[in-house]
Amino acid sequence: MERDGLSVEIISPGVLSTVQDLGRYGFQAFGMPVAGALDRYSLMVGNLVVGNDLRSAGLEITISGPELLFRSERLVCITGGDLSPKINDRDVPVWQGLMLHEKDVLSFGGARNRGARSWICIGGGIDTPPVMGSRSTYLRGGLGGHEGRRLERGDILPLGAPDIFSRRGEGFVVPRELRQNYIERPVIRVIPDPREALIAPEGVECFYTSSYRIGPDSDRMGYRLQGPLIRHKESPDMISDAVPWGAIQVPGSGLPIIMMADCQTTGGYPKIAGVISADLGLLSMMLPGDHLSFRRCAVTEAADASRALKGDLERVRVLLADHRSRPGAPSLGIPADNGAMLLKFGGEIFDVTWRII
Amino acid sequence: MTVLPGSVAANSHCFNNPRKGGSDLEGGTGYPRFSWCGDACLVAEFGDKIDPLINSMVRDLDLRIRGLKLPWLVETVPTYRSLAVYVDPWDSPREEVELAVTSLAREVKAKTMPSVAVVEIPVCYGGDFGPDLERVSMYTALGPDDIIRLHSSKLYRVYMMGFTPGFPYLGGMDPRLETPRLEDPRTLIPAGSVGIAGKQTGIYPIASPGGWNIIGRTPLVLFDPAGASPFLLEAGMEIRFVPVTGERFEEILSGNGA
Repeated sequence: MERDGLSVEIISPGVLSTVQDLGRYGFQAFGMPVAGALDRYSLMVGNLVVGNDLRSAGLEITISGPELLFRSERLVCITGGDLSPKINDRDVPVWQGLMLHEKDVLSFGGARNRGARSWICIGGGIDTPPVMGSRSTYLRGGLGGHEGRRLERGDILPLGAPDIFSRRGEGFVVPRELRQNYIERPVIRVIPDPREALIAPEGVECFYTSSYRIGPDSDRMGYRLQGPLIRHKESPDMISDAVPWGAIQVPGSGLPIIMMADCQTTGGYPKIAGVISADLGLLSMMLPGDHLSFRRCAVTEAADASRALKGDLERVRVLLADHRSRPGAPSLGIPADNGAMLLKFGGEIFDVTWRII
Repeated sequence: MTVLPGSVAANSHCFNNPRKGGSDLEGGTGYPRFSWCGDACLVAEFGDKIDPLINSMVRDLDLRIRGLKLPWLVETVPTYRSLAVYVDPWDSPREEVELAVTSLAREVKAKTMPSVAVVEIPVCYGGDFGPDLERVSMYTALGPDDIIRLHSSKLYRVYMMGFTPGFPYLGGMDPRLETPRLEDPRTLIPAGSVGIAGKQTGIYPIASPGGWNIIGRTPLVLFDPAGASPFLLEAGMEIRFVPVTGERFEEILSGNGA
């Protein structure tokens, strides 16, 4: 059972922790939802820092976060919101390359109003068996991830082999302006949908001028919004058609629903608008009770925003390459258990860690 | 604001004559019609009703687009009357996407496409497998045998897939079989259940809650995520329900497991 060593054990699962990658594409025509990390950018940056393929699977954790026992030494990067991560009860920062040693415990103190979700990327990635080309957990369908379900106490997640340069990302800090930050009361950019014609003009006006609150029954399938009712012109039913992630449906109740990664592939409610891809990450940071509003935007603006996000990822790549190639520059590590400091030399040839007692 | 040829005007979201760079904010009546649904999905619409001819045009465009192996294409979702073309919002040349989809859509012929295949779905009607056969009988004033005969005598077109993985939206049910949904939906309907809801008939590919009138069950597996081809059905197929006995149901079921 050599393989048994290359794993992470779930000591406690937190509110909702699942294995996610960039999603399961190619089967929406058969009714299969995409699933995947609610913030693709955060997952990709985390994977980059630990030396993984961008498509590697990480853990998506929600609000309180899990407690994980590492059975293998790995570089870890926690991206997304700040759920107060700790290594062996010592506070550690998010958006940084952190070295976890064998028997280290990664835990979380919970959300401090700095985002509802984080992604834990681990060098080598989580190596659960792919289902239909993806490791993403699709909870309702009970497939993908770890046994198709949320993680539970005692689960053991296998890890892949890390990139040989993975640990050189230790101490790398993603600059604040290149992070997905939590924003209070964000204005989410949307592209109006032609089906807006099924909604009364006052309803459309109301949607763009009101503040909405994320309702308690919101999840990875959809965010149900609370706020002023949006009236339809006539019937709220239409012939079912495709529903992408980010589409905002207005059902008969008049309360909009933002479709998220696990949403049904098709639906029969009028769509008033669609959230632009670059702003989906902002939604992933939000909790029930948080407020948001909407602003119309053109497809060209959406494209610019996506290009900017892609540019941010490239910028992280360049900074990381620079960090990794620093010859022998010692970087002050994190304090060790016994009060000593770990001093690291991350040179091209020497990659040595001394414990100074 | 300059409007590039083949692009959507900055303040509009619907266009049906992109080559002239024109926009059609009011939607117009011309089909095909194109619009962005968010920034990762370009939708081509061919009409606004459930109609075999309109659905054929959707399939025709779907085949044309998928046939070209376009580098920016993520996937397509054909529905009753529209095709959703998914692209990678980070990496797609937007004007090229619009130009490709709009020009291919104009080549689509208004003629009925032959079905991809006819699939026979064995169904054991009534009894424990079809607890609502009686209810349908009450609503339709038809005897159970007549219901089974009417339900299994038609060819049903798979217009689209959606709702849950592997669920076919079928068209063509005999209007005499129309029965409203249950007032009180069941919390769990077993996989393979065949039901009627209003004008529609369908099959539950996975166990799920639901309000359809369940009249029978098929032993076939419609969705097997571990299988080489996970889905039994696809848009463009036709299916026929074939009544089978309980014994035959068990035989087929055990064959599935082999």
